[in-house]
Amino acid sequence: MRRAAARTTLEREEVIVEVLPPPGTERLLEEIDAADQGPFAGERPPITDADGPAGFEALIEADSKIEPLDWMPDPYRQSLIRQIAQHAHSEIMGMQPEANWIARAPSLERKTILIAKVQDEAGHGLYLYATAETLGVSRDALLDALHAGRQKYLSFINYPTLTWADVGALAWLTDGAAVVNQVSLCRTSYGPYARALVRVCREESFHHRQGFDLLHTMSHGTPEQRRMVQAAVDRWWYPALAMFGPADSRSVHSARSLAWRIKRAGNDELRQRFVDMCVPQAEALGVTLPDPALRWNPGRGAHDFTPPDYDELMRVVAGHGPCNRQRLAFRRRVHEEGAWVREAAAAYAAKHAAGPDTGPAVGSAAGPDAGSAVDHAVGPVAGPAPAVAPGEDAVRPGGGGPAGDEAGWALWEVFVRARRGVSHVHAGSVHAVDAGMALRNARDLFTRRGEGVSVWAVPSAGIAASSPDEKDALFAPADAKPYRHPSFFEPPEGVDNL
Amino acid sequence: MTSPLFEEVLALGDDALVAAQRMAEWCARAPELEEDVALANIALDLLGQARALLSYAGELEGLGRDEDELAYLRDEHEFRNVQLVELDNGDFAVTMAKLLCFGTHQHLLQTDLAAGGSRLAQIAAKAVKETAYHAGHAARWTVLLGDGTAESHRRMQEAIDHVWPYTHELFEGSDRRGRWLARVEPVLEEAGLNRPEDGWAPTGGRHGVHTEALGRMLAEMQSLRRAHPGATW
Repeated sequence: MRRAAARTTLEREEVIVEVLPPPGTERLLEEIDAADQGPFAGERPPITDADGPAGFEALIEADSKIEPLDWMPDPYRQSLIRQIAQHAHSEIMGMQPEANWIARAPSLERKTILIAKVQDEAGHGLYLYATAETLGVSRDALLDALHAGRQKYLSFINYPTLTWADVGALAWLTDGAAVVNQVSLCRTSYGPYARALVRVCREESFHHRQGFDLLHTMSHGTPEQRRMVQAAVDRWWYPALAMFGPADSRSVHSARSLAWRIKRAGNDELRQRFVDMCVPQAEALGVTLPDPALRWNPGRGAHDFTPPDYDELMRVVAGHGPCNRQRLAFRRRVHEEGAWVREAAAAYAAKHAAGPDTGPAVGSAAGPDAGSAVDHAVGPVAGPAPAVAPGEDAVRPGGGGPAGDEAGWALWEVFVRARRGVSHVHAGSVHAVDAGMALRNARDLFTRRGEGVSVWAVPSAGIAASSPDEKDALFAPADAKPYRHPSFFEPPEGVDNL
Repeated sequence: MTSPLFEEVLALGDDALVAAQRMAEWCARAPELEEDVALANIALDLLGQARALLSYAGELEGLGRDEDELAYLRDEHEFRNVQLVELDNGDFAVTMAKLLCFGTHQHLLQTDLAAGGSRLAQIAAKAVKETAYHAGHAARWTVLLGDGTAESHRRMQEAIDHVWPYTHELFEGSDRRGRWLARVEPVLEEAGLNRPEDGWAPTGGRHGVHTEALGRMLAEMQSLRRAHPGATW
């Protein structure tokens, strides 16, 4: 069993935060890296001959990625929208139980970490809503569905954070469960979702670790602190286990999602993985996991454990958890109380619009060659291919008007230059009423960990994209020209430097 | 024994701490998700400034008090922040009005302080880049709201009127108000807002005399820490 003894240093907001990694989590980080590098591994996959359904099946079969403008079966699209929306809603609803303790955080360092974590959740919500928007649904529509109770979020959010130790237990257990689940999803078949998840997972592993670190400090503290830790772990263990959903035998969505490689592992397998990961971590914390049946089974090479009460899970999902009403009412009130601000910003932008096409907005550190943004960033050489589509119509050549919210907050694509000497690369999208706001929002969302030295924001509607229908005509001919590559020519023996 | 430098650093640290605590109250409540991220960034910047300043104040004092003892174990009358930063957040317009006034002041002050080689100068030199962004963010929203809808105009004007009297305390013993007005007035003008008349000028924060709002804020902020004396977190 691997026991990480060294303290890892994470730089946050230039505050050095020392966080003790929970035992056994390095493997998760390696998996995130592997998923991130997946599209670059091996040979360039062949451009499929088939269009439409056959092309889709071929891409899934080859474990390649489906991109926004590709043909996809409607149930695939709907499954993705359902899953990504639930994920996004969970991020923003999950801010509440933790924000509950920001004002009372018992040290300035813990307060700093907690604000940064809750902020990340807003950021993850933004990445994920933007991902859903590539499937042709607006963030407004998704938020309406959340507020009306038509779409769900993870059930653990409907439990209360009663003490400061709950902040730690929630992060250690539910963020831990989320990382296990999402690391598996980093290899999902839908490209924009996979890319968003790599970003999310890297950040969630900070969340997971800080929760463990918080508990670790308290578990070495006063007897009262240790009691708080145990009570909080008792409260959060089963809500965390329930995050993996019903048993596969009871899950209505699992089989098809696995077949389409939207999900990469079943609920039961992931839950088992999580339990096996938690046991040594609980030992390190000196807490008892609240399951008398929990024990190592050498025959299975895994821990036996009592599964969560799925009837309780269904009751909470149906709206009858301790905090469902409170959480949803809070979220609705925030949305309603912010309406006048969103309307005002849109009204201002409408009054001051320079024209129908304001062109790319260029960050302060960017060069004057903004016109090349799309060439470089959309090209195949600049790293991960961009998920530029806010919906097929908006990027289809000659297609519709600006995508975005009903209130006039249009969608902007964001490109970040990570450091001098490299191209701007597509990072995601933000909503904003004008170029200035788009740049500020992009800066806050995509560079808060020091990821950039320059930002471009481009109205999504202003991006011209090649259509998958034309991919044969556009790209297949390039595959048949081996003489463009030096390997075509065999140099005579003994001739160097050629 | 306390020195004038200790008093100055403590006052600036308290300004930043109380402003950060207020700004962090917006987490999960902002009018738009992107703005939630922005306000959290500002809160984190201010908290970082507070921690640097309070740590330094503790060293200057020489009694072994660290940032947390100064933040959590002092009573209301021992806080030296201006009253402006402790005022309740109100609606988004009030928060932006507070940030415009306070952030612009901080930026001018830190620019002045940063011109030197002292420890305080180093802290100010790092902070000044942050507060430039805060002041700009608030100025932008002041203009958007002032020149947005009829409702947003009304709310923004009320917000500026509400916080204006508290801005006088920022400049007690300094000559920066002229430069501050030269920055703030054009923002109000672009926003189509009236610049409030000078008149009532509440004061006392630098001597530990506060509004009722600070006591409530500290009661919440300090409750857990004070309930467990000597515990490590």
